[in-house]
Amino acid sequence: MIEFTSTRANPLVDPSLHVWGWEIPVYLFLGGLVAGLMAIAGWFLLMDRDRRAGSAMSWLPGLGLALLSAGMLALFLDLEHKPYVWRLYTSFQIASPMSWGAWILLAVYPALLGALLLCLPGSLRQAFPALAALSDRLRARVQAVRAIAWANLVLGGLLGIYTGVLLSALGARPLWNSAVLGPLFLASGLSSAAALVHLVARDPADGELLARADNGFLQAEIVLLALFLIGLLTATRVHVRAAGLVLGGPFTAAFWVGVVGAGIALPLLLQSLAVGHRIRHTPVAPLLVLGGGLLLRVVIVAAGQVSRWGPV
Amino acid sequence: MARFGMVVDTVRCVGCADCVVACMTENEVPEGRARDWIATEATGSFPDTRLEIRSERCNHCDQPPCVSCCPTGASHVEPFGRLVQITPELCIGCKACLASCPYDARFIHPRGYADKCTFCVHRVKDGLAPACVAVCPARCMHFGDLDDPHSEVSRLLASRRGHALLPEAGTGPRIFFLT
Repeated sequence: MIEFTSTRANPLVDPSLHVWGWEIPVYLFLGGLVAGLMAIAGWFLLMDRDRRAGSAMSWLPGLGLALLSAGMLALFLDLEHKPYVWRLYTSFQIASPMSWGAWILLAVYPALLGALLLCLPGSLRQAFPALAALSDRLRARVQAVRAIAWANLVLGGLLGIYTGVLLSALGARPLWNSAVLGPLFLASGLSSAAALVHLVARDPADGELLARADNGFLQAEIVLLALFLIGLLTATRVHVRAAGLVLGGPFTAAFWVGVVGAGIALPLLLQSLAVGHRIRHTPVAPLLVLGGGLLLRVVIVAAGQVSRWGPV
Repeated sequence: MARFGMVVDTVRCVGCADCVVACMTENEVPEGRARDWIATEATGSFPDTRLEIRSERCNHCDQPPCVSCCPTGASHVEPFGRLVQITPELCIGCKACLASCPYDARFIHPRGYADKCTFCVHRVKDGLAPACVAVCPARCMHFGDLDDPHSEVSRLLASRRGHALLPEAGTGPRIFFLT
């Protein structure tokens, strides 16, 4: 028998760590979503899909910029020492994933702005003729288009992986201590972005393509989630205890019903039937995917903070 | 260069919390926060039981995860005594260091920056012991250079049985508890 008592009662730390509330899961979700949108934008540019009438590229980079800004606002709201936020950009700490993320986020903006300039929406073309002329000149240069496409693909991939590595680098929380979190959050980000484009796309061909892609991303998520749990269950006692948080512990229902059931399995079934032309495409599946993506971050962030090396 | 550490004799410690009060007074720790605390751990089954009372704080680890995760360099290892310290003017309050510490030794100061035990570096630089060590009525706490084989802490560690907290976390804690 072990009985443990402590006189410590620090806010946000005791009785169990709860330093990150809604802001960080929202930031990680929006970061992953933007990462996926960038990857899709890069792919569309490389495949010349942006030249189709009603292509999602007319709004995708702009939406990415708006969502990224909303994510960074959530991150800012989480900071406890807000007037000093600029300190993030006065140094580069090579061992700190958060420092890497700060600089990656800074590089993401120009990449998205480049994509926006290439695929300038009609309203902006009319309002800013000089921008339209610049866009036309840029579009005429194949190398520039390819450079912007690859920048979006690469930075999207880095941003998506970073959202997972941010947590997995914090070894003091056994639930997060898994190298699978980076690829898992990347797959989830790609899936959420595909679902969003599927949901909003005016071109039915874009919607169909993204629904098919989303099915692949959702299957990858299932494999990665399985690997994540297997990795924890085959590690040390504290990691097995951490896995128990979603395997019978307080986060079991949210994880299995919300994330796996409603967020992955059900939309995968619905979208598989839809792309097989057995049922019509509806907003239900993509909305479930988006909700599942957010809930995945909420569960992982909350459960991870509860997991610990020391006495429970 | 010194590598400061601490040795706490749990056989002598009575859990009076004088160390906690001294720390709060010396460092003006805000109300409701604690840089050090008393942990009590009872193990075994009757009649084979054991009680360990520990005065705990930041372990000033040799491989501090709070330093490596800090995005601004606010958490750093000070050359003097290789102590883990925080520069409030660099801290953005992201709380990554709180999440990275397996000992949960850090907290957020009401002014917004991360805070924790400094081993009373301002006193140590003046040749004094940390406040918690200086006031201990049971004289169970000892402070010194772990790299100096003739220091009191090194001699205690060489002559007595003891343990660090969560050595399996791999951070190299520099506080040892004699049993």
